[in-house]
Amino acid sequence: MVDSEIILQTDGLTKEFKGFVAVKEVALKVRRGTIHALIGPNGAGKTTCFNLLTKFLPPTAGHIHYKGAEITRAAPADIARMGLVRSFQISAVFGHLNALENVRVALQRRLATSFQFWKSERTLDQLNGRAEELLAAVGLQDFRDYLAIELPYGRKRALEIATTLALDPEMLLLDEPTAGMGHEDVGRIAQLIKKVAKDRTVLMVEHNLSVVADLSDRITVLARGEIIAEGSYAEVSRDPQVRQAYMGSTDVEAGHG
Amino acid sequence: MTTLHGATAATGDSGRAQIVAFLIMTGLLIAAPAVIYPIFLMKALCFALFACAFNLLLGFGGLVSFGHAAFLGTAGYVSAHAAKEWGLPPELAILGGTAAATLLGLVFGLIAIRRQGIYFAMVTLALSQMVYFYCLQAPFTGGEDGIQAVPRGMMFGFIDLRQTMTLYAVVLTIFLGAFLLIYRTIHSPFGQVLKAIRENEPRAISLGYRVDHYKLLAFVLSAAISGLAGATKSLVFQLATLTDVHWSMSGEVVLMTLLGGLGTIFGPVVGAFVIVAMQNYLAQFGAWVTIIQGAIFVICVLLFRRGIIGELGRVLKKAL
Ligand SMILES: Nc1ncnc2c1ncn2[C@@H]1O[C@H](COP(=O)(O)OP(=O)(O)O)[C@@H](O)[C@H]1O
Ligand SMILES: [Mg+2]
Repeated sequence: MVDSEIILQTDGLTKEFKGFVAVKEVALKVRRGTIHALIGPNGAGKTTCFNLLTKFLPPTAGHIHYKGAEITRAAPADIARMGLVRSFQISAVFGHLNALENVRVALQRRLATSFQFWKSERTLDQLNGRAEELLAAVGLQDFRDYLAIELPYGRKRALEIATTLALDPEMLLLDEPTAGMGHEDVGRIAQLIKKVAKDRTVLMVEHNLSVVADLSDRITVLARGEIIAEGSYAEVSRDPQVRQAYMGSTDVEAGHG
Repeated sequence: MTTLHGATAATGDSGRAQIVAFLIMTGLLIAAPAVIYPIFLMKALCFALFACAFNLLLGFGGLVSFGHAAFLGTAGYVSAHAAKEWGLPPELAILGGTAAATLLGLVFGLIAIRRQGIYFAMVTLALSQMVYFYCLQAPFTGGEDGIQAVPRGMMFGFIDLRQTMTLYAVVLTIFLGAFLLIYRTIHSPFGQVLKAIRENEPRAISLGYRVDHYKLLAFVLSAAISGLAGATKSLVFQLATLTDVHWSMSGEVVLMTLLGGLGTIFGPVVGAFVIVAMQNYLAQFGAWVTIIQGAIFVICVLLFRRGIIGELGRVLKKAL
């Protein structure tokens, strides 16, 4: 493995909350073009890791490199502009915008007219075609005029993914993309992730181990803020430390937190 | 915050309803001086504009300011001073007042914008209190007396503002022009991003938007339009006083906006007219006005959370 293949790398990444260490000296390497899963029991520090990687939280110590550049001190909006875009564990849509507008907000940034308060919003209609394509890709073609807040949970998550894809990011960070979804939705989202990962890198937190097994090229297991195992699904599921970490915690299949 | 919003996404259908509502409003305002005292109407229009500016910030940007009186009042002082002491024509006096409020808005914004929620509100309150004490002490504001007998003069050299009906026409034009500017702002590419930030700020950030810049622009626009309202008001009443920079004025605009319907297009106008009318007709009750006003407010909040226009819009299934 040569270094140029590593798109995202952390060294000694640590986050303390008032003395409590949520993430401890995490050294993560994500290879370009792979689907990399980050798993671990509730409270292991997975979401905190995502917040550190996307700069929503400043690290207490450690470094983050993305595409060879140090981003440890960058601003969160700039991370997104570099092509590293995240989703949130709790579905993050713009509730009082309709589905089409949700996706269009992401597309809109590239027009560079977003400060123009004197322009009609009709100038955004040129993006509708692309927005509708993205909605169709996640099965939302019949919901374009629904307010996001009116959509059922699974549809909201799908809308969030469509919005994320609208940015055409090089690398996606998905925090529990299938959490709270019914069986059918899970299958559809898993297929979608597989599809979009063809020319992208994906780092995802996922509790549904069948999704993890099905999709991931590589898995990192986190427990109490530390990496305890790394490898393929077969490798980590054999690891005694991993079995130990999962014992006593809630059922990982249904786990949610 | 979201639960208070009367606004839903403006579909084409609501768009048509809004045009109809705008025409009705304009028609009523043109006809009104025939039956209602024009000075009262002009006062209400100035406050309506103030409330619309406030609503742009809170209803569409999700930012709570407790300091908006500073913009209304400062613009009033500056334009009154410019008209009276410098002898500037009314259009330049109004422009000067608006510019002063815009600058002040930029200063407030730069200081406050990084704070979230209630902290943001507190910073704006603190800054506006500083403006109040400055106005109380500064020689040019005339202290407790304010600036009185401000000349109305000739606008553009040929529009005689000493004629009440001419003045009314000018005030109405300013109001409608600014109202349309706000409408356009809400329905612009900028407005879309602003609404997205209101709905979910972390998500907007994660899409690559530098949200502080958008909030700052919204704040400055809101301050500028508040200033336009204050500057116009000082020419209408030929007076600029401490009342307009006082914190209670910052509270009153919140009241007007919530009463009419936060996040609606026409709500702040209705709210302002109701409050100004109440103050006028209840004036005979003296100190009781505040209490009656408070009681009405509590009843409104309990009975129709979305405000008058918000509830109306819900019944009609249209975003107004
Ligand atoms: N902002 C915060 N302040 C204090 N503690 C936090 C904060 N965010 C997360 N934590 C704690 O850090 C630990 C890891 O949380 P999190 O990253 O959400 O876990 P996971 O996503 O793996 O379930 C938990 O014990 C949580 O309580
Ligand atoms: Mg989590």
